[in-house]
Amino acid sequence: MRKITIDPITRLEGHGKIEVFLNDEGNCERACLQIPELRGFEKFSEGRAAEEMPRITTMICGVCPTAHHIAATKTLDDLFKVEPTPAAKKIRELMYNAFTAEDHILHFVFLGGPDFIVGPTAPAAERNVLGVIGKVGLEVGGKVIEMRKRMRNVMRIIGGKPVMPTCGLPGGVSKRITEEERRTIIEAGEYGVEFCQVALGLFDDVVLKNKDYVDLITGDVYAHKTYYMGLVDENNKVNFYDGLIRVVDPEGKEYAKFKAQDYLDHIREHVEPWTYVRFSYLKNVGWKGFIDGKESGVYRVAPLARLNASDGMATPLAQAAYDKMYSTLGGKPVHSTLAFHWARLVEALYAAERVLELAKDPEITSDDIVNLPTETPKEGVGVVEAPRGTLFHHYQTDEKGILTKVNLIVATQNNSAAINMSVEKAAKALIKNGDVPDGILNMIEMAFRAYDPCHACATHSLPGRTPLELSVFDSKGTLVKSLVRD
Amino acid sequence: MAKPKVAFYWCASCGGCEETVVDLNEDILKVADAVDIVLWPVALDFKRKDIEAMKDGEIAVSFINGAVRLEEQEEMVKLLRQKSQLVVAFGACAHLGGIPGLGNFWDRDSIFQRVYTEVPTVDNPDKIFPQLKTKVKEGELTLPEFYNTVKTLDQTIDVDYYLPGCPPPPDLIMAAVMAILEGKLPEKGSVLAPNKALCDTCPRAESKPDKLAIDEVKRPWQIKMDPEKCFLAQGIICMGPATRTGCGETCIKANQPCRGCFGPLDGVVDQGARALSMVASILGVEGEETMSEEEVKKLIDNIADPAGTVYRFSLASSLLRRKRME
Repeated sequence: MRKITIDPITRLEGHGKIEVFLNDEGNCERACLQIPELRGFEKFSEGRAAEEMPRITTMICGVCPTAHHIAATKTLDDLFKVEPTPAAKKIRELMYNAFTAEDHILHFVFLGGPDFIVGPTAPAAERNVLGVIGKVGLEVGGKVIEMRKRMRNVMRIIGGKPVMPTCGLPGGVSKRITEEERRTIIEAGEYGVEFCQVALGLFDDVVLKNKDYVDLITGDVYAHKTYYMGLVDENNKVNFYDGLIRVVDPEGKEYAKFKAQDYLDHIREHVEPWTYVRFSYLKNVGWKGFIDGKESGVYRVAPLARLNASDGMATPLAQAAYDKMYSTLGGKPVHSTLAFHWARLVEALYAAERVLELAKDPEITSDDIVNLPTETPKEGVGVVEAPRGTLFHHYQTDEKGILTKVNLIVATQNNSAAINMSVEKAAKALIKNGDVPDGILNMIEMAFRAYDPCHACATHSLPGRTPLELSVFDSKGTLVKSLVRD
Repeated sequence: MAKPKVAFYWCASCGGCEETVVDLNEDILKVADAVDIVLWPVALDFKRKDIEAMKDGEIAVSFINGAVRLEEQEEMVKLLRQKSQLVVAFGACAHLGGIPGLGNFWDRDSIFQRVYTEVPTVDNPDKIFPQLKTKVKEGELTLPEFYNTVKTLDQTIDVDYYLPGCPPPPDLIMAAVMAILEGKLPEKGSVLAPNKALCDTCPRAESKPDKLAIDEVKRPWQIKMDPEKCFLAQGIICMGPATRTGCGETCIKANQPCRGCFGPLDGVVDQGARALSMVASILGVEGEETMSEEEVKKLIDNIADPAGTVYRFSLASSLLRRKRME
């Protein structure tokens, strides 16, 4: 039996290493995506003062620190049983949507974009951010930088700094928004709404008119019929900041709807000895292994999952984009992993519209930004929709608010079983009779890049390519073939 | 003339140091123009053998972020040291151990127990833990070892300069790059940020009394924090006096106290010890050297999680380095 190792050596120690085992016929028997990374935040947060968690868990991920910051802050609301002021909720949600819009667009252009704008079959040397700019033109390229800069400035205004924001407090936020700042935010929101429409137009022109890509989206190689999870508001519309967690089954029917505090009734995690990541599954369906279908507790999160789990978007332009996506792809739910890219753009448009909506809200400049807690802290749970999926924080403290127990389910953890399945499915489809085609690196990479995985919340490959090395070993462990994708 | 060769490398880190480089925006093009980037795992294909094939000192400067805690990271930074004229510890984790350094309050076994058997979502009746080697039906899978102790970069290799911060702000990064390109570098071992306390540049400096004295320590959620007034004068622990400035006072401007990510000033080895003695003095305890143990304990009890506060970013670089496990 041969073993193939695909190691994204950009992260020397891994954060994602794919091992492919071939059977005697030379076909893929099994593929495993290993996450060789652990930091232990659940343990070393013990003993810390609870109110510091929004400023400690940000360092789980420097790409999505705002998600941990807001999840931690909401967990403090629940821990201290204090309701934030209306203005504080809006300020948090505004920062959060600025972050989501910016992060989704970063992925669209730098990470996922090369696969579908430059094209899945384009030479590897062109499948990077420069290739994207070559295809869409410098003007659009400049707008991307401008959009990111403006949204990061909104995050700076509210949170102090875009990498590692600091404004969250139980019951509110530490800083109000001035009238002058509000005007800057409105301009950023307007720019964002316009840009996201341009991005969706590009997707239309470049991707939907490319038959190769449409075939990939609608084909079977990248499809899994799983459960889907996402936060929804009172009208079952997608919400990133707050709401109830809704789960739909592989046919799109509501399976469960629960509040964050009840997450233990619904989610369990499975441990495998060959990876440091835990695999989440629906407790009441059960762990049946790395398989899809209604009988398997495997579920998916992040953009496509959120759209599948909702009844639509709460803003008009995003709703129109949502309708178009589902009518083009044949109705709900959509199971194709590559449709995550499209859903991500729909969400970016919603996030930008929401930034604008909130910035125009008269209450946003209120100075009533914090309610002081009066209850003795004991236990709290908080949830947000991180760009990469549902994110749970759960704290227990002593009566002084010193942490005694901490549990975290980070976004990519929810998707970890499905990502493994997608990688294995691609490997099985592409490796036949011992033939390992050079294009396999692209194709396997596309399978996991669609999830925008943030393994150990740190594996972002900014210019849109993960250099991979693939080694083929024979049964004696001798290297017989080596491929490097530049 | 050939452009100077530059390497970027990351160890145990979160990606925030890469984001802050992207936050250079247009300036990043200036840098890319002036240098030849030979290694940047986040951006470019990485071939370790290319680095190995280089002459010693062929790389002008290596910027290394993240704490060190895996064998492979240790090997790689040693290789980069050998091939580089200069090594810059980039960001709080490489400089001080950073937030991952808080792991030194615990050890591998306690972390594994918590993560894989205790957390309430885990269903693991057979107590399966990740293994360095796993036999599966189809073959063997391996994982790298998770070490007990997080180390700073300069506990692993010789470091020439430090760029502090979580993350380092774009203006300091540009200043450091320009200084290197122009050969206008300070003395080896320098931290590339002003040798002044945060208090000296704090926008609230005027509201800081000459002699600080507070009766009771307040936590940030216990009072409505005044957006203009010195945090210490409000009774809130702020690491400003024991922390180097250069950050742009971003947390202060968001109305949150400093947590010390820039590390200590020149000549101070242990930032946490310095901060504790500062707290002792402002709590109105004169001559803290002569305090009884009981008095010290009472003082410390006044602060929520004193060790995790004063050593928030610097536990791995402290004199203690880690908590001794029983």
